[in-house]
Formats: sequence, structure tokens, C-alpha cells
Amino acid sequence: MKHLSTDVLVVGAGGAGLYAAIEAARRGAKVLLLDRSLIGRGGATVMAQMTVAAAVGPEGTDHWRHHYADTIAAGRGLCDPALARLLCEAGVEVIREMDRWRVGWARQGDQLAAVQAPGHDRARCVYVDFLATGSAVSKTLRGVAQRTPGITRLGDALVTDLVTRDGAVTGAVALHVESGQPLIVSANATVIATGGLTSLYRRSSASTNMAGDGYALALRAGAELIDMEFVQFFPIGHLAPRLIGMDPIMWDPFRYKLGGRLLNGLGQEFVEHYGSTDSGHYVVTRDLATYAITKEVAAGRGSPNGGAWLSFRHVPATQLRAAFGPVIDRLSTNGIDLARDEVEVSPIAHYHMGGIRVNAYMATCVPGLFAAGEAVGGANGANRLSGNAITEALAFGRMAGCSAAEQPRGLVFDAYDAQAAAELVVAEGPFCNIAKLFARLQSVMSDHVGPFRSAAGLAAASDAVRALSAEAGTAPPGKPQQHDLARVEWFSLRHALLVAESVILAATARTESRGAHQREDFPHLDPDWTCNQMLRLTTCGLQHSRVPVPAAT
Amino acid sequence: MTQTAILLVRRGGPDDPVTYGQFEVPFEPGLSVLDGLRNIRATSDPTLAFRYACLNANACKECLMLLDGKVIYACTARLEPREMRLDPLPNKPLLRDLSTAIAPPDERLR
Repeated sequence: MKHLSTDVLVVGAGGAGLYAAIEAARRGAKVLLLDRSLIGRGGATVMAQMTVAAAVGPEGTDHWRHHYADTIAAGRGLCDPALARLLCEAGVEVIREMDRWRVGWARQGDQLAAVQAPGHDRARCVYVDFLATGSAVSKTLRGVAQRTPGITRLGDALVTDLVTRDGAVTGAVALHVESGQPLIVSANATVIATGGLTSLYRRSSASTNMAGDGYALALRAGAELIDMEFVQFFPIGHLAPRLIGMDPIMWDPFRYKLGGRLLNGLGQEFVEHYGSTDSGHYVVTRDLATYAITKEVAAGRGSPNGGAWLSFRHVPATQLRAAFGPVIDRLSTNGIDLARDEVEVSPIAHYHMGGIRVNAYMATCVPGLFAAGEAVGGANGANRLSGNAITEALAFGRMAGCSAAEQPRGLVFDAYDAQAAAELVVAEGPFCNIAKLFARLQSVMSDHVGPFRSAAGLAAASDAVRALSAEAGTAPPGKPQQHDLARVEWFSLRHALLVAESVILAATARTESRGAHQREDFPHLDPDWTCNQMLRLTTCGLQHSRVPVPAAT
Repeated sequence: MTQTAILLVRRGGPDDPVTYGQFEVPFEPGLSVLDGLRNIRATSDPTLAFRYACLNANACKECLMLLDGKVIYACTARLEPREMRLDPLPNKPLLRDLSTAIAPPDERLR
């Protein structure tokens, strides 16, 4: 059995994990960076074609405090002020450092070019043309990680369990996908940077390997989750016609630059009817736009495939090409000419506001365990502002790397603690089509735990998740072999089912509507619910409690 | 009548004799080869191995393989209502079926 030993283990090689690894290594730590996919290829960062928010404008034009005020307002009363502050304040530094690392932020004259995204009080969202923000960020960080001494990078490693001793995390056990064998890691500090849970839904904007792994790992290791009911749906995810080779949320930057009109099945503008304005500009926030589209479809005024029309037909072809050049050609190979055709869009799972509960140093309540990026809950409250995800990944990644590198010695790894988890990695269960079970979980979550919830729907979802757990059994199917997607999927489903249960439990308890959590049976915001919900896993299962929103310091 | 695509897929590991599995998958205009492969796993054979992470966005660049002898990304190559032969990349170590070790050597377990 392969055993690796390191100072800092980072799980997940998206924006947060790569930055954490770089920061820990430049503080002198020996770092092992794992990803269940290949390094810098999976996760959400590489898929993000959009913009990154930070107050990087010239002196006097913006300040992180303005960005902070917008972030807090968007969070509908539930943001952790310390985390929101770290995002906005450190965000400026990491965006500048990325610039020094030549990520290639678009420029206007000698300044960084910036657009104004919905919910922001001014233009502060930087980007890399054309629709290349995420891939440029991934590529740049991967390059820096390669050049930074002390970082071992290892892909094809799906972490299945954390290893604990006396309530502290001392390492991890992974399925090495390439060989089908267990990999044991002992580490002085572990950073979870596995991103969110978008793969729990049928249509999502992130990679297929974002199934909430880190949330389940943290819960099982004794850490707390917070705000798990707040799943952000991106309102204008691509729906039809079939588009391949492109990110389904690519219409967002189109709207920033060109406006675009959102129309119902009758060709009418409708967002105004739901108390927002949008007409040709792009100012409506994500939760409100998702609400408007979903309600319009429910009222029988949807587009043919059950969404809304997005139209750029009023924008001259020359202007389309000037704004998006090569992307216009890629659309054309998909048979789409924006000067002629409208496209159909509808809400798509995009980001998770909830996650692992940490302090402003990214430390969980479990000694030796840290988290970073989307895996962290609390910074964005009940609704995340456009552009805050990559900023959060980078700023939190840097802080987690620093904290993990500075973690005092003293935790001792014992192979005995890893034994059960290592045996499970190569266990041989009965045949079962896990891909099919996973698709069923996605249907259940999309149908009952999407942007609109009800007590009845959530109860049905809870029953379905229990049934799926029973069907998945207690061991992965078949014998271990090289690159066995069924075994990968079984461990992924094991994580996902616990995460689904967490979301359902928190959503059931929150009997009000706020931000990304909308209850059909409790349609109004209830001031008594201006509090966070915390989950932990005990011997009696998942337990939840209400905790006050931390005060601003 | 619904049309189908017939995928002939190279099966097995590096030491196995060369064999092909034949799978019929539903064809609709606009589907990708990756859609076809995922359909096989969800409906008939979950043991089929291939790489993908981003799902049809051409961002992860993991789904490289051979279609009728030519290198493609499975996520951007269109499924067609005909027989299509899929092989693993010839110049990378074969793991199993269509999956090869494409990571750089210093990002693999030694």
C-alpha cells in the first residue's frame, strides 16, 4: 500500500487548492496537492468563463469596503462579516498577485478593464478575454505551483475519508483511480478545497466531479457545516438548442457587455412583473432572476423547453463580433447566429453558499483541518454576488495555505486509524449500476430541492435519499481495477448522499424564504430566521442547530 | 423511427487481447460522442472506462481519444447515426478501455 507523508495536504486542485498549496510551500511547508481529476483540470475554476470581483480600481475610485457592503447586502442578513471582509480585502491582493503572475486580466488603457455585475455599486469585475477567465486562472496557478519548490502534485486521487486520532485530523485515505488501490497520506495539516455540490443536480455549471466531497469528509471527521440550504442557481444557464464545447453559463458575460433581453414564451419582457428591473440592462440579482423565470414557466409562459428566451437580436453583428470574436465562431459551429437566433435559458445549479464552518483563518473546529474556497460556508450568506467565487477561492486559499503551514506540530499519524478506510477502498460489493443511482439522485435534488422547496417535496426527497443509500450498499461494486469509474462513482455517491441529506435537513428546518432558499409553503422572509444553521454528524446521525449570525467586528 | 449510433469501443487493459464492444445508443442531432459514452454507462455497461471531468464544455481537455483513427475530444465530436469506432490514445500508457495515463509524469504516483 502506498503511503505518503507531508506537512500540508491539500485536497482539490482548483483555484482555492492551488493557491493554498503555493502559499503553504512558500512558507516552507512540504505540500501534497491531490485532485480526483487531473491537476488544474477539474472543479469549478477551470469552468468559470466569467468575471472576478475585487476593488482593484485606481486609488479613489473604489475601496474594498464598498465591495464588502455589496456582499453583505446580497447575503440577505446571513453573511459571516469576518469571512466577507477577508474575501473583499484580501481579494484585492490576490487579484494583483495573479496580475503579477501574468494571468492576463483584460486592460483598458493602463488600468484593468472592469464591468459592473448585478448587485455591485460600480464596475469592479475583472476578466480575461474571451470568456477565458477560469482557464487562465487555472493555468496560471498550475504554472506557479509547478515552479514552486516543495509541492508534490498528484491527480487521479479521490479522497474517501479523513484519518482522525483523538478528535484531530492526521491525514487521509484516497482511492488512487489510475491503479484502483488505496493511497494513505499522513499530514500535519489538511486543507479541504473540493469546491461545491453542483453535481447533485441534473443541470449544473461546474465539472461533474463537484459532488460535495469535502462537505462529507469534514462532517465525518467531526467538523461543522453551515447554511447548507443555500444552493445558488444561475438564472440564465443555457438550455437549448444543444450547445457543446462551451460553458453553459457563458451568457452572463454576454449580458455584461451587451445587455441582452430576457423574454418569456410570448416574446414579452417579464422580469419587471416580479419587482425587479432588467430591460436591456443586466442589473437583476441571481435569486430574483431565478424566481422570475421559474414562476413564468410555472404560469405556462415559458419557452418551448421550459425556460426563457434570451435575445441579442437587437445588437448589431459588428458589435457582437467586437465583444466576443472567436466565441461567435464557436457558436456558429453549434448552428447559433445571435443576430438571427434567440436562445433558451433556465436556472442551473451553479454554486453553494453553504459549506464547512471555519473562522477567519480558515480553521475548522477540528484540529489539523482547514477549508478554502467554495467548500467554505458563510462568506456569502443566502445569496452570492456575481464575481465573488473566484475571489473567494483565491483569498481563502491563500489564508488556508498560510494557516496550514503555521499549524504547530504534535499530531501523530497512526496507520491503525487509516485501516478501515483503506480496506473500504478495495472492498468488493455486489454489482450495482452506480451511474444510474447517481442520475436518480440528481433528479430527486432537481425536482424537490431546487430553487423552490416545500415540506412535502423535501420529505419525498429525504425518503428517496434513504432508499438510494440502501441500494448503494456498504461497499463499492465489483473487484478493484485500473480506472474504474464505477468504484469512483460509488465513493462519490457515498459523499453526495450525506451532502444531499444535509441540504434537505437544513432546507426543511428553514421555514421561510430568503435569497437562494425559497419555500412555496413559507413564501416570505421571516426576521426570526435571521440566523445561520449548523450541522454536525453524531452517532445519532445529522444534528442541526440555529446559531446567531456573527457580529461585525 | 428513432435513429441510433453504433459505438465500437476498444475494451480491456494493456495486457488484454484487442477486443471491441458494440453499443447502440439513441441518436439526436447535437449530441456529442461523450453523451453517447455516458449513455452506455448509465443504461447498459457501467464498467466502461473513459476520462472526462467538465462535461461537454471543452474546458478539462481530458476526453481525448481516437474516433475512426483520428484524435478528437469526445465532448466536441458530434455523435452520428452510423458506426463509429473509438480507441484510446495510442501514444499514452493504456489504463483500461478508452482511459489512458495522460497526466505529466510528475503529476502521477510513482
